[in-house]
Amino acid sequence: MGYTEEELKKELETKEYEYGFYTDIESDTFPVGLNEDIVRAISRKKEEPEWMTEWRVEAFRAWEQMIEPEWANVTYKKPDFQNISYYSAPKKKDKYNSLDEVDPELLETFNKLGISLDEQKKLAGVAIDVVMDSVSVATTFKKTLAEKGIIFCSISEAIKEHPELVKKYIGSVVPQKDNFYAALNSAVFSDGSFCYIPKGVRCPMELSTYFRINEAGTGQFERTLVIADKGSYVSYLEGCTAPMRDENQLHAAVVELIALDDAEIKYSTVQNWFPGGKDGKGGVYNFVTKRGLCETNAKISWTQVETGSAITWKYPSCVLKGDNSVGEFYSIAVTNNYQQADTGTKMIHLGKNTKSTIISKGISAGKSQNSYRGLVQVNSRAENARNFSQCDSLLMGNNCGAHTFPYIEAKNKTAQIEHEATTSKIGEDQIFYCNQRGIDTEKAIALIVNGFSKEVLNKLPMEFAVEAQKLLEISLEGSVG
Amino acid sequence: MLKINNLHAGVEGKEILKGIGIEVNAGEIHAIMGPNGSGKSTLSSVIAGKEEFEVTEGNIVFEGEDLDELSPEERAHKGIFLSFQYPVEIPGVSVTNFMKTAINETRKAQGLEEMPASEMLKKIREKSELLEIDRKFLSRSLNEGFSGGEKKRNEIFQMAMLEPRLAILDETDSGLDIDALRIVANGVNRLRSKDNAVVLITHYQRLLDYIIPDFVHVLLDGKIVKSGGAELAHELEEKGYDWIKQEKVSN
Repeated sequence: MGYTEEELKKELETKEYEYGFYTDIESDTFPVGLNEDIVRAISRKKEEPEWMTEWRVEAFRAWEQMIEPEWANVTYKKPDFQNISYYSAPKKKDKYNSLDEVDPELLETFNKLGISLDEQKKLAGVAIDVVMDSVSVATTFKKTLAEKGIIFCSISEAIKEHPELVKKYIGSVVPQKDNFYAALNSAVFSDGSFCYIPKGVRCPMELSTYFRINEAGTGQFERTLVIADKGSYVSYLEGCTAPMRDENQLHAAVVELIALDDAEIKYSTVQNWFPGGKDGKGGVYNFVTKRGLCETNAKISWTQVETGSAITWKYPSCVLKGDNSVGEFYSIAVTNNYQQADTGTKMIHLGKNTKSTIISKGISAGKSQNSYRGLVQVNSRAENARNFSQCDSLLMGNNCGAHTFPYIEAKNKTAQIEHEATTSKIGEDQIFYCNQRGIDTEKAIALIVNGFSKEVLNKLPMEFAVEAQKLLEISLEGSVG
Repeated sequence: MLKINNLHAGVEGKEILKGIGIEVNAGEIHAIMGPNGSGKSTLSSVIAGKEEFEVTEGNIVFEGEDLDELSPEERAHKGIFLSFQYPVEIPGVSVTNFMKTAINETRKAQGLEEMPASEMLKKIREKSELLEIDRKFLSRSLNEGFSGGEKKRNEIFQMAMLEPRLAILDETDSGLDIDALRIVANGVNRLRSKDNAVVLITHYQRLLDYIIPDFVHVLLDGKIVKSGGAELAHELEEKGYDWIKQEKVSN
């Protein structure tokens, strides 16, 4: 039958998490709790050099003095940080040389996600560094990359193999004491990805990492460091899903990007962690610090499609330090049921003629709350800085909320800052119009949502855009048919 | 093709249609005329299956099937098309993409494969020429920022693309200047065949100078009070609706 507001609401509520399954792989997990000994133990377990251990301990000591922030427009029961295990690694003897050696159950997990390594390996132009429960279990395409001098590996490996690079850049954009979650991450990060593109090299393929949270009760503390040396280019993809879980899972990642002179980094994320049940029970807490530094003429572009997590606290930012540098932020954030998202960006203009663009699309359904929070800051020596911000919200039903918190600080009178914001609602008339043309309600919603999100979807690499589109449909459609 | 029997329908308990009976056969053009508030748009919405309207008595039979249990999209799949009086905007969805989705969803419902891109393209080219539509127009977001005339022309373009068995044109002439009216009317006339039928819903006789109806029905206060040939429209234009109202009273 046709569409009513009531039915739409019902449909949205009956959507279940598609990727809710759990992989039973033996793992090696630390007891719960956090203290300096645990931090040292993590470092030892990972066979890290002393400077790394001390760096972690320093972060831990800072974290102990810090208070969990409360300014975001989200409400939740604060995690008990002493009731979390800070290290979990799949049990394994050696690194795998080929897929045949990988646990078949793990491969099955990837198959369920539709991202089997087998398939992905064949997908020309995509190299994947898979991070599952904190330790890399497979890395592909490494050789091709190595020929160009590109380093793409787990951060643990980078700490051992390329200590000079890690030591120089880790914490240079997001300092250990930057904020509560960044400090926690700095102390206990388990693994993550590292990428270095040498001078003048254009990375020939999209670099891709799939993150997963797998072990019950383990927090996930990923650390990613991407360095694009002078005149280089890289496009980096990060995507994730997680199995269904009743208790809340904490995720506090840190991503640092460094774009040296004339370099460009394109960083795309599709985030689909378990959002919690339709009763608001469970779901991932996602407290992420992502920041990029642009030197002269450099460019950093963040594109994100956020459909998962119960709580999202995330502000991918650009520090436009060098003259003529460019920062971009394109975001789609979808919240349904009881999800809460407080996400946006910070564009810090330090250099002359710096330019930033912000396009944020928030889609709220069910009883969810979706907030955009963005800061545009122009410092006194940033002559001729320009920013354009557009924040659009789409509401579905009458029980959700959309909020916009733009902060603008201009200390140079030559700054040009534009901000546009709109709020709209999917109307019965739009749905009926589509129905009359033979398009059912489910498809109509997908069409309208995709249309609304188009400017951002267009910024994603092709194969990712298709996945993202599918995800938007899954996140918002009912279980019709 | 379409048989409306003693149709009573309304919204939120208020009866708007009070016993309508019309029969439309393939190859025919019917005009339904009436003053504001007589129930013209309600009739088109009820035929299309808009949820908020409730049929309390009587029924609508299309190709021998009672429409009552069918959703709006199922009615569309059977070949019922409504040209909206106020077409809605869908930002970010191009006219082409919308049409592609509509055609393929209909084909899917009919158990057919998606239309090949080359065929789709050929069809778009052909129909946009028929309606003198600029190709650039097709890449614009559906109805967003369209003028009144562009919206109406786009409705008829969609009709041409979907090739319905029954097209209901609700106040398609309103908001059209004389050139656009001529183009739209020309399009409707060219799409006319012995297999399809058109129901024109209009306040004014103007459109009927260009699309000559076989039958004209006058709708007043939720009832068809008079039916006749094309000449009835001219009579209405001269004398207005009051004449019929008085005739109705005196009867």
